[in-house]
Amino acid sequence: MDFLAAIGRVFLGFLAATGRLALFTGSALLHSVTPPIYLRLIGRQMIDVGYFSLPVVGLTAVFTGMVLALQSYTGFARFSAESAIANVVVLSVTRELAPVLAGLMVAGRIGAAMAAEIGTMRVTEQIDALVTLSTNPFKYLVAPRLIAGLLMLPCLVLVADIIGVFGGYLISIGKLGFNPATYLKNTWDVLETIDVVSGLVKAAVFGFLIALMGCYHGYNSRGGAQGVGQATTNAVVSASILILSFNYVITELFFSI
Amino acid sequence: MNTNAPKIAVSGLNKSFGTKRVLRGVTLEIGAAESLVVIGGSGSGKSVLIKNILGLMNPDSGSIRIDGEETAGMTGSRRERVLRKFGMLFQGGALFDSLHVWENVAFGLIQGHQMDRKNARDVAIEKLATVGLGAEVGELYPAELSGGMQKRVGLARAIATEPEILFFDEPTTGLDPIMGDVINDLIIASVRRLGATALSITHDMASARKIADRIAMIYDGRIIWAGRAADIDRSGNPYVDQFIHGRAEGPIRMEVRRP
Repeated sequence: MDFLAAIGRVFLGFLAATGRLALFTGSALLHSVTPPIYLRLIGRQMIDVGYFSLPVVGLTAVFTGMVLALQSYTGFARFSAESAIANVVVLSVTRELAPVLAGLMVAGRIGAAMAAEIGTMRVTEQIDALVTLSTNPFKYLVAPRLIAGLLMLPCLVLVADIIGVFGGYLISIGKLGFNPATYLKNTWDVLETIDVVSGLVKAAVFGFLIALMGCYHGYNSRGGAQGVGQATTNAVVSASILILSFNYVITELFFSI
Repeated sequence: MNTNAPKIAVSGLNKSFGTKRVLRGVTLEIGAAESLVVIGGSGSGKSVLIKNILGLMNPDSGSIRIDGEETAGMTGSRRERVLRKFGMLFQGGALFDSLHVWENVAFGLIQGHQMDRKNARDVAIEKLATVGLGAEVGELYPAELSGGMQKRVGLARAIATEPEILFFDEPTTGLDPIMGDVINDLIIASVRRLGATALSITHDMASARKIADRIAMIYDGRIIWAGRAADIDRSGNPYVDQFIHGRAEGPIRMEVRRP
């Protein structure tokens, strides 16, 4: 009987956590679209999420493109390697690798920072202070981060798409000795709007999830430095898992019908 | 509205966390322009009481009336309207560390009262002066200030919107005795200037005697004694006597294992 009780407890705990997250999300969405909207804070978050993530996302993209070209050459060398490699690089980068890897990098950079900042504000009573100063913490802290995540991740992924394809181009031309014009033509011929659009839709969803997890875990952190550390870990881990699982779901919706 | 009605009336307030009952029917009244200090040991429920009155926590049962209006369970814009009457000095200051000191002081004016930033800045500098800080301090960040200065900035922020009710959470904790007394004097001066109703919680008896018109003692989630500050030495209550003289032996048993 103890065994069943333990299963029940875990299950009830899971349901309670899901409910809490759903309420948090609903409240955050409501406060993101009702005034007052703090444009100043949204701007600051957009710079943090977008501009300052450029180096990390750019480096990730360029090396991903490079390694894709190198690895696919091993496999495709026997066939018409030039067109196959260009196709593999551009489709993998735009559909999957740019959104997922940029999402994971930003989860580590921004999700962690959001959880740590909001968590510290929680344990030092700064969130309580906001409330006593007639300011809704959802509007002031959560909404600007959600909006910035939702808008800036697609921008980052668009940049990552270009840099990733460029990485593949560098290796194909510089190391494998392909013709630049043919390579670019092959890249352009195979690319369709849906490839880029599906990647950008993924990016918007991932950006929202990263900010949501950062804010949720930070907002509910308890008990000093250790609690904030725990919140930060939870924010990054849960955002990463959500990114990978939503990636599958969105891919299914776009490409399997 | 009856002018003799208490500014804040709390009755039968209960609050539990899991199986731990922190407040067990707290009943308390604070008259207009009166300064009440609630004393009590660590874990006696002081902070939970103040957070319930502010609406940062919701009580399990009981009534909280502010100006005769029931506020327990109030949410949204109605809660925000009630909160505009309040100013609060937090124990650790709770200053926003991403904002300049002057922006901290002006926060309630800019966010709550829609004052433009330039006017709000002038008011902030004026409020900093009333707590003995120069205009140049306004340009610093909270992390660059000493503990005593942070408390004074917290006080300036609490009084910036000229609230009707001021709450002080352990105003002197963590300060040296001299700075503690400076804060006490500033609290008395601010409350008097605003004609505000004040509720403080503390375990510092020197501070309590100085800033209180009336003192109430909370123990085990109940108010066990309340009376004029001058009468606290003649309370005839063994719990109060033990607390104000700081004796380890007496009816209050701390949860400490004897060696």
